Amino acid sequence: MSMIIAALAVWIVGIGINIWIARQKPGRWQSIVSATVFGITLVIIWELVVRGTGISPVILPPPSMIAVAFARSTDILAADFVQTFMKGVLTGYAMGCGAAFLTALAIDRSDFLKRGLLPIGNFVAALPIIGMAPILVMWFGFDWQSKAAVVVIMIYFPVLVNTVQGLDAADKMQKDLMYTYAADYWQSLLKLRLPAAAPFIFNGLKIASTLALIGAIVAEFFGSPIVGMGFRISTGAGRLELDLVWAEIVVAAIAGSAFYGIVALIERKATFWHPSQRK
Amino acid sequence: MANETVIKAEKLSLTFETNDGPVHALKDVDLTINKGDFVSFIGPSGCGKTTFLRVLADLEQPTGGVVSVNGMTPREARRKRAYGFVFQAAGLYPWRTIGGNIRLPLEIMGIPKAEQKQLVEEVLDLVHLEGFANKFPWQLSGGMQQRASIARALAFHADILLMDEPFGALDEIVRDHLNEQLLELWAKTNKTIGFVTHSIPEAVYLSTKIVVMSPRPGRVTEVIDSPLPRERSLDIRETPAFLELAHRVREGLRAGHEDDA
Amino acid sequence: MKMMRNFVPVLTVTLVIFALWYAFAIVLNKNWAYDKATRGGYELSFTELVADTWTQKKPLLPTPDQVAVEIWASTGTAAISKWTRAEGRSISYKLSKVFGDKKSLIRHAWITLSATLMGFVFGTGLGILLAVGIVHNKAMDNSVMPWVITSQTIPILALAPMIIVVLNAIGISGLVPKAIISAYLSFFPVVVGMVKGLRSPDSMQLDQMRTWFASKSQVFWKLRLPSSVPYLFTSLKIGVAASLVGAIVGELTISQDGGLGARMLQGNYYGTTILIWAALIFAAAMAAILVSSVGLVERITKKRMGFVG
Repeated sequence: MSMIIAALAVWIVGIGINIWIARQKPGRWQSIVSATVFGITLVIIWELVVRGTGISPVILPPPSMIAVAFARSTDILAADFVQTFMKGVLTGYAMGCGAAFLTALAIDRSDFLKRGLLPIGNFVAALPIIGMAPILVMWFGFDWQSKAAVVVIMIYFPVLVNTVQGLDAADKMQKDLMYTYAADYWQSLLKLRLPAAAPFIFNGLKIASTLALIGAIVAEFFGSPIVGMGFRISTGAGRLELDLVWAEIVVAAIAGSAFYGIVALIERKATFWHPSQRK
Repeated sequence: MANETVIKAEKLSLTFETNDGPVHALKDVDLTINKGDFVSFIGPSGCGKTTFLRVLADLEQPTGGVVSVNGMTPREARRKRAYGFVFQAAGLYPWRTIGGNIRLPLEIMGIPKAEQKQLVEEVLDLVHLEGFANKFPWQLSGGMQQRASIARALAFHADILLMDEPFGALDEIVRDHLNEQLLELWAKTNKTIGFVTHSIPEAVYLSTKIVVMSPRPGRVTEVIDSPLPRERSLDIRETPAFLELAHRVREGLRAGHEDDA
Repeated sequence: MKMMRNFVPVLTVTLVIFALWYAFAIVLNKNWAYDKATRGGYELSFTELVADTWTQKKPLLPTPDQVAVEIWASTGTAAISKWTRAEGRSISYKLSKVFGDKKSLIRHAWITLSATLMGFVFGTGLGILLAVGIVHNKAMDNSVMPWVITSQTIPILALAPMIIVVLNAIGISGLVPKAIISAYLSFFPVVVGMVKGLRSPDSMQLDQMRTWFASKSQVFWKLRLPSSVPYLFTSLKIGVAASLVGAIVGELTISQDGGLGARMLQGNYYGTTILIWAALIFAAAMAAILVSSVGLVERITKKRMGFVG
């Protein structure tokens, strides 16, 4: 009971701190500090509530238990990470983006193909493609190859659609200027259309980074050698080893945000000139 | 001044089909432009002035008549990089520095790197932007960006400069300044310039020849040879000769309008 | 309308895709056909190979017609047979028989749809509320918004098995766990989109409101909320698709409560691939219908409100 009261107190203090921060002169530090305060408050409350109400740690482990599980299973977690992320996600990401990019260039020269493929691409991007995971495991086997395949089909259409849109982004006046220089297709592509397409392409790459990790993990629910993040989560859940499952989720969360963050960083370098990066 | 013909149009027409019937953007335009001329095209919207300029640049195809640039078809002239085009907006690539932007046509035309550097410096001097080579477009004001765009059009030493309302988006003070600089530039380089504008004072101030056009169908109403001296300062805008010329142009425009009752 | 212009290209590409599908069916299923022939001691001509690969019972890649037949069998024919067998009974009884048919895709689709819609409605509702809070309260904006944005990069779907198992362990099973996953997945796009939308009025419009001494509530109802409508609909389309994926992945974890995902899992377990494909295509069709329904409401609403395009 005292823990519950403590949790309430922490909550109120946290809110108080954040209200105080909000009252200060606006600055960039406010978001980072407030968000951190919020996160820490949440974790503390979680710990106190679980311990205070006596919820079975099998159902909902407190953060301290998760931290312990994390520390003692780093080798398992590392192996899972290598299997799922390094092998499944990265391979699939490279192949999927590469294929989408090449397709976009190929259909760039044909207005007919563009008009035919874009609506279909937008349509497919909205479908529950992840449902194909069991089928792909059937075709490509249990190991990381089927996971890479799932990643490919999940990211192919979003990246394709964004790249095609990007290649169309250079405005008419810019294209006219290239025409007055009697530039050929490749000169125009490399000097104008690709740089102009960069913001769109990176938008697609960021979306793809999130989809890739989801795809690889969920695909492992359907068959995996005894290693992998998705494998650990689904079997761990089945065995009610939830502290390990949560530790794995923490790894997944870090992997997901780090992957996205790296792509965003590269985006900032490559599209330094775009208004959205200059604010 | 050599009176060699650089641009010649005979019965030039451009009609395009729309949902509401054919639109005669240009109809039977006859015009001769000589080397070293500064020709302004002035008229209300739809009179065909921009269309004419774009036909010269091979950005539009005529549907009737003949036009030659440097004795060739516009397409051949474009392939031979006979002219530089300045659009209404500077259109500089934000991912390239000013120097990089000016180098763009030079790279495309395969000019060797050593020569590129020299040409960029030369042309930045001409437009009084020396030292800005390593800045990015967004670091420059609108007027400076447009000067950079002009520099870019001059970089590969084409004889002809085609400008489509280049100063339209700028305020009047900047515009005056740029008009002066443009005349200075023209005197130094002796290019043949085709200049589209909405502004009567600008047309009168800059040109040796003023082509007054009117819409529906787009046609030339009057071609006025300017009696003003080639070398002029901004003060000339207050002289009687200037005002008279401006009046003539204004009358020409009004006449064109009355035609289409 | 843009749709008409694109009709021929889209049709061509679609036909090409179908043609490739049939071709790939030959390629993927041929090993099974050849094995069968070798064991049976006979040779296969090309036409026989094609015929075989397109009619296998457990093909690696079923053909479109095989899938279509299976879909019809588990929906149309199943429904009709149950309906006619309950001859003479009330409509509600007949409907209960149709929807109660464990083999019917209609029943499973309904199960998935219920979880999707329930999750979607909750996720959207909560998302809108949170967005309103974030836009009007700086403290919430500072502390919660960064987490909302970050969570979009976290593979939330990976939590699905855990949520299902944990809730089942404390006795909550069936619709609710799946709805929770769906709600979670549609929540985030809606928050992000609504915040953007509620903040979309430009400074000129906000200044205008200030000159009229409008209260925060008036500014909200008269300016912010209407301006946010286009953004809301974009997020709703993403959200409904995400909700469906959430429900299906939830079902893929535990199949005992039925649903299209459960059907796929069963097909996977028993090797009846045509079943997997039938359920998958049905799910895809459902996604398309859900997204276009939202799109339809969007078009009507936008027109009524005067938003162009």
